[in-house]
Amino acid sequence: MLIKGYFNYEGPWSDAQKELLCMNTGSWRTKRPVINPELCIDCGFCSLYCPVQCMTDAKEYFTADLNFCKGCGICANECPRKAIEMKPEADFLN
Amino acid sequence: MKKNSKIKVVTGNEAAAIAASLCRPDVIAAYPITPQTEVIEKLSEYHANGLLDAELINVEGENSAMNSITAASLAGGRVFTATSSWGLVFMYDAILAASGARAPVVMANVNRETPGIIAVSCGQQDMISIRDSGWINLIAEDCQEILDMLIMAYRLAEDDEIQLPVMVNYDGFYLSYLSEKVEIPAVEEVDNFLSVLKKQPQRPRLLPGKSLGCGSHGILGGYLELRYKHCNALQRAKNKFQQITKEFQKQFSRNSGGQIEEYKTADADIVIVASGSMCGTIKTVIDEKREEGIKIGLVRIRMFRPFPEEELIRALSGKKSIGVIDRSVAFGFSGGPIYIEVKTLAQDINTSALISFIAGLANIDITVLNIEKIIADLIDASSGKPYKTVNWIPFEQEA
Repeated sequence: MLIKGYFNYEGPWSDAQKELLCMNTGSWRTKRPVINPELCIDCGFCSLYCPVQCMTDAKEYFTADLNFCKGCGICANECPRKAIEMKPEADFLN
Repeated sequence: MKKNSKIKVVTGNEAAAIAASLCRPDVIAAYPITPQTEVIEKLSEYHANGLLDAELINVEGENSAMNSITAASLAGGRVFTATSSWGLVFMYDAILAASGARAPVVMANVNRETPGIIAVSCGQQDMISIRDSGWINLIAEDCQEILDMLIMAYRLAEDDEIQLPVMVNYDGFYLSYLSEKVEIPAVEEVDNFLSVLKKQPQRPRLLPGKSLGCGSHGILGGYLELRYKHCNALQRAKNKFQQITKEFQKQFSRNSGGQIEEYKTADADIVIVASGSMCGTIKTVIDEKREEGIKIGLVRIRMFRPFPEEELIRALSGKKSIGVIDRSVAFGFSGGPIYIEVKTLAQDINTSALISFIAGLANIDITVLNIEKIIADLIDASSGKPYKTVNWIPFEQEA
């Protein structure tokens, strides 16, 4: 009774790995999150709040996947340890 | 009556609050608005007294209420909210988002007239203004039915084959503040009734660490596919609701009908089509007219979206005259909204007279005298006398 087509589910659910994390949205960014591993307590708040799910756990601290990070700054805003700083992309040109 | 049920005299609003808490919601977000406020007051009271184990979010407006519970629903929770009129239209985009995301949220909508003209009073205009939002819309007649319908709403919304939001509508003022006898089932009985859902495949849900996108972008073929699925799910909801009402009857020994309630229609020549609290008055007048030998019946619409086309065709076929009473208007059309929808079935119904009555706007009581006049008009029409197709009651009766 339920048809199958583009979406594998009855509703508009999609596999984020395939459908969302496939376009290089990192090129939209004007600022990037720089994480201070000394301050980071690996709590994972940044990964929960990240709208594009690009924060990855490097065991003792988190890092941002810059291929997808759009530079929204939510992670820096939510970080309880203020371990994330948003730095202008221009600083990284060279 | 069930052994472990309780009988209490409660208002329609309290019945809604009791029903919601019996279904053990995980998240409730709501904003007060007349005539719904008491629902939120009661739920807050249950929560404060430790009787309701749910996350209660006091939001800053209805738009946030609907968005909060949609998100909670997509995270796998059972959710509830209640609103009315201006609140309903303030959450309009969120209503569309909830149904588009196929979030099985349940909401009580206490019918009240909508913005434009300020009228803190009963009317179904709010429900009519969101009829194309892709929700399932149910309409209750009395306080008991508010409670019963809300419990059934969760079964319908969360069913694996449906996955759609459900709105239970009931008349503001007439039902919201009316106190009457309501049988309240034991929470274990409700658990048992809803337990079917646990046996079904678990619906997709957002979980930390799982890469799943919700409310996904659907353009071109993807959009078409989602709309096709949504429209089909609404069609499936008709029989599903019928089935759920039967199971409800088996467990709680109450049944006020499926998609429609037929009151003395089997041998009737004349039928009134109506919905909501006015049906109590209509049934009383029908009983009186039956004693005079007039073969008249009532078809009460319980499920407004999806529109019960097949059931209406079956119940109305071959009747000599049919009057549809709307407690709302259809801007740009000459007749009332439900009248127009019944009229789309005219070819299959094959009646000689289909008449629109617009009545009870903004708390104007639909009285016994009004109904008697409507019946007199329908009798005239059934005997071939000329009649007016659209009648505003009592406005044009007095003129």
